[in-house]
Amino acid sequence: MFGVMKVVNLAHGDLAVVAGYIGVGVIAVTHMPVLWSIPVVVAAMAIVGYILQRSVIQSALSRGELTTLIVTFGLSIIIENGLQQFFTANSRGLGVGDTFITDSFLIGSQIIIPYLNLAIFIIAVVVLLGLQQYLSFSRYGRLIRAVADDREAAQLSGADYRHVFGIAAAIAFGTVAIAGMFQGMITTISPTLGTDTILLFAFASVVIGGLGSLWGTLLGGVILGVAQAVGAQFNPSYETLAGYGVFLLVLVVRPQGLISQGATS
Amino acid sequence: MTVNQTTTGQPDLIDVRVTRSRRNTLWSGLGALIVIVVLFRLPYFAGPGTTGIMIQGLIVLTLASMWNLLAGYAGLVSVGQQAFLGLGAYFVLIPAMHGITPWFGLVIATVAAGACALPLWWLVARLRLGYFAIATWVLASAVMLVVEQISSIGGGTGMPLPGISGYDPAVLTADTYWAALTVAVLAIGGVYLLLRSRVGLVLTSIRDDEKAARSNGVRVGFARLLVFVVAAAGCGAAGGVLAIQQLQVVPGTAGGVFSVQWTAEMAFATIIGGIGTIEGPIVGTIVFMVLQQKLQSYNAWYLMVLGLVAIVIAIFARRGLWGTIDERFNIRLFPVGYHLWAPGERRGRKRAAAHTAQ
Repeated sequence: MFGVMKVVNLAHGDLAVVAGYIGVGVIAVTHMPVLWSIPVVVAAMAIVGYILQRSVIQSALSRGELTTLIVTFGLSIIIENGLQQFFTANSRGLGVGDTFITDSFLIGSQIIIPYLNLAIFIIAVVVLLGLQQYLSFSRYGRLIRAVADDREAAQLSGADYRHVFGIAAAIAFGTVAIAGMFQGMITTISPTLGTDTILLFAFASVVIGGLGSLWGTLLGGVILGVAQAVGAQFNPSYETLAGYGVFLLVLVVRPQGLISQGATS
Repeated sequence: MTVNQTTTGQPDLIDVRVTRSRRNTLWSGLGALIVIVVLFRLPYFAGPGTTGIMIQGLIVLTLASMWNLLAGYAGLVSVGQQAFLGLGAYFVLIPAMHGITPWFGLVIATVAAGACALPLWWLVARLRLGYFAIATWVLASAVMLVVEQISSIGGGTGMPLPGISGYDPAVLTADTYWAALTVAVLAIGGVYLLLRSRVGLVLTSIRDDEKAARSNGVRVGFARLLVFVVAAAGCGAAGGVLAIQQLQVVPGTAGGVFSVQWTAEMAFATIIGGIGTIEGPIVGTIVFMVLQQKLQSYNAWYLMVLGLVAIVIAIFARRGLWGTIDERFNIRLFPVGYHLWAPGERRGRKRAAAHTAQ
């Protein structure tokens, strides 16, 4: 989404939380297992993404980046306060009943790795790989890249850029939905989590890794996670601060990110 | 002889005049003065409840004017202004704990918040638009986390403000109101003077074409730095007033001084009123306060409604309420641009929008 439409969506983290709450709702109504509810939530969020893109975000985009920022910031505030109204400020978790998910295994004698976290890491890598393959080889992937490169030229060749943007938004929202569901499964979700944690850390990973580099983002995420774990070793309240510290350090020392794009900057 | 030559060489330019505004600014200046005097007298005939609401409104007005300067004139969409609001509150609290009166603390808060903006600017100066927005948000979170670590100023729970315990409540409310009014008037006046100065011209040139401005030797970075520092100082002053009004300083994101809701309020008020005009934040704050009073029994609903209104205005009426009024009637209470008078054009005749610069 950042790359294709050059949109910085300030409501991105909140959408993950919305996905988590949709998950809570879906499970409460249908009593389906958590893992099965993920595709349902992803599909629901993809549809929401397409509609939101075609209705609100597209008209904001055509009026410049300032308007887009204002509109997504407005969305973010509306979502956070709306969730607080309907679900209260209490945090909730997605109950994971399956023993596979709650179990963990040991590496050596010190390091405990829950299966759930390992599964999430693998799924994150698979999703990244899948996205890359999709953008490179599928029909819509080509369309998305074409529109990102040169909107007018793609339009002349018969591509409806608004529809393509809608598809790109649907993919982005679907990916965010996976993240939101995982967040609910590992710990809990609460209305303000979207910006307090998800958006700011997602942004920090992107900057640490280097803007526009998909694998850099993964590396940035890993570095942030390690920094937080190390910070938490000294004092539990240093956890978040350590993450921000690394982010600010990178911003000062190597503003182009660890994996830089070379000639572009 | 030479004088004659220049005049005959450029015969078309004789009748051209350049003024600040198409209309006479004397009347709007007089109007502003009357409004300020009436507002100044308010505590004498309004109850403490009304005065309290007015203090809130003046705080929002100060914040909105600062956010308007950042986003509307310098293109710096900051989502982290709550950092400076919070720092301002703490810079009133800390001197008060050492026996300095909070009223003088407001001056300290203004200067100190501006000073804090210098190193923070260095971190985010390279970033543009969306990245700038999120980076300021991260900075605000980091500032909050650092402040919450310091237990001597209340840590994560906050502290009551010492130094004003002996006041009669009515006198305190009135004094706080006058402090808030002074801060708001200085903020708007400061923005007005800043935009009329060379810096205003520089900002306009950056807004129109940054590369062209740079290549003409305009100090783009310095102008942005100045705006960032001024906006931080203004938000710091507003935060100081907030600390005095609430008689305590509470950190935290939920309802505390570091809450992003503050930036939401200042941004929404600015957008609804009209971003990029000095009058916009004033109009927006009035709309904001009316909505807040109408919807306050519905908790956070007022912020959702405001957000929705702001989104609709940002998409369908980009220049906001004041921008729409200005387009229709060509009124500027605070003229910061120039008007080039066409030969023979007189005041009050047909609107010639093409001649109006900025």
